[in-house]
Amino acid sequence: MIAALTLLLVFQLIGEVIARALALPIPGPVIGMALLFLTLLVRGGPGEDLRQTAGTLLQHLSLLFVPAGTGIVLYGDRLANEWLPLLVALVASTALAIIVTAVVLQALTRRRTSSKGAQQ
Amino acid sequence: MTPRLEEVWVYLSATPLLGLTLTLLAYHAAFRIYQRAGFHPIANPVLLAVTMLASVLLLTGTPYQTYFDGAQFVHFLLGPATVALAIPLYAQWPRLKAMAAPLAIALVAGSLTAALSAWSIGALLGASRESLMSLAPKSVTTPIAMAVAERLGGLPSLTAVLVISTGILGAIGARYLYRWLHISDPAVRGFAIGLASHGIGTARAFQTGEQAGAFAALAMGLNGLVTALSLPWIMPWVERLLGR
Repeated sequence: MIAALTLLLVFQLIGEVIARALALPIPGPVIGMALLFLTLLVRGGPGEDLRQTAGTLLQHLSLLFVPAGTGIVLYGDRLANEWLPLLVALVASTALAIIVTAVVLQALTRRRTSSKGAQQ
Repeated sequence: MTPRLEEVWVYLSATPLLGLTLTLLAYHAAFRIYQRAGFHPIANPVLLAVTMLASVLLLTGTPYQTYFDGAQFVHFLLGPATVALAIPLYAQWPRLKAMAAPLAIALVAGSLTAALSAWSIGALLGASRESLMSLAPKSVTTPIAMAVAERLGGLPSLTAVLVISTGILGAIGARYLYRWLHISDPAVRGFAIGLASHGIGTARAFQTGEQAGAFAALAMGLNGLVTALSLPWIMPWVERLLGR
């Protein structure tokens, strides 16, 4: 647990340093994720300790968004004035993004599987 | 209040212990409700916990900063949790590799749809420029969205709230959209929810299965990358062409 947590923090730290040193617009943790992924590809998979610790963290991923979400209390005024455009924009564009992504991916993978099927 | 109680309150409102404990208690209660509801998407634990905490802060008149001084320990774990997404990604690598081209096309289509539809609907309905620029990156994970909004001239902390609302909306609504569109492949389901609803969508996807979760994590990471690299160039151009 401690070894795995340390490893995750080390990768985050490397990611943050790279992001700042190269002035990249990508956050450090995302770079850290990419580096850990590459390391796993090279070294052939995570050990049991890392797998369990990652599982525990990801199982309650939703908890980690609660403090930032509670920041909604800071925006009472703006939300009172602009709630309609904000709400409609959020609901409609979230639905559109899910629909477009899912339909495009479904269409492309289905065509591929069926053309593969035709070759066989 | 008696003097004793006042003393206790002075202590509690100055220590990070209260904010941290309240966050965990609220989440624990919210997760219990979510479990009792058979993991129904409407009983979203983030939505429930945020509602409880916001009510407590407003009722007691506690400033958000005081609360966050304690809650930041939970917030901090977002970093290592993001890094940990490499593990499910690795587990799904063979399937991801086989689908590389369709995933790339769906990624670009979905990423542009998310940002441009949010901007144009908000603009049509008369949202302010600051709000529009805070809306544009709302589908990507909080730290990326905040950085992009800042570059565009939005308000980073408003963006955090919009990002989390987007996550909750996607986690609640995706199931109904998939049913309507007859989409059952967990890879497709996961990828779309992760792209549109970042970590909260990914958390929801993991609750439905590991494959959906891994594809959601991949979509979240890739959309963060595409959005961070493209929006700072695209949005000024969109504003010039379509702005009022």
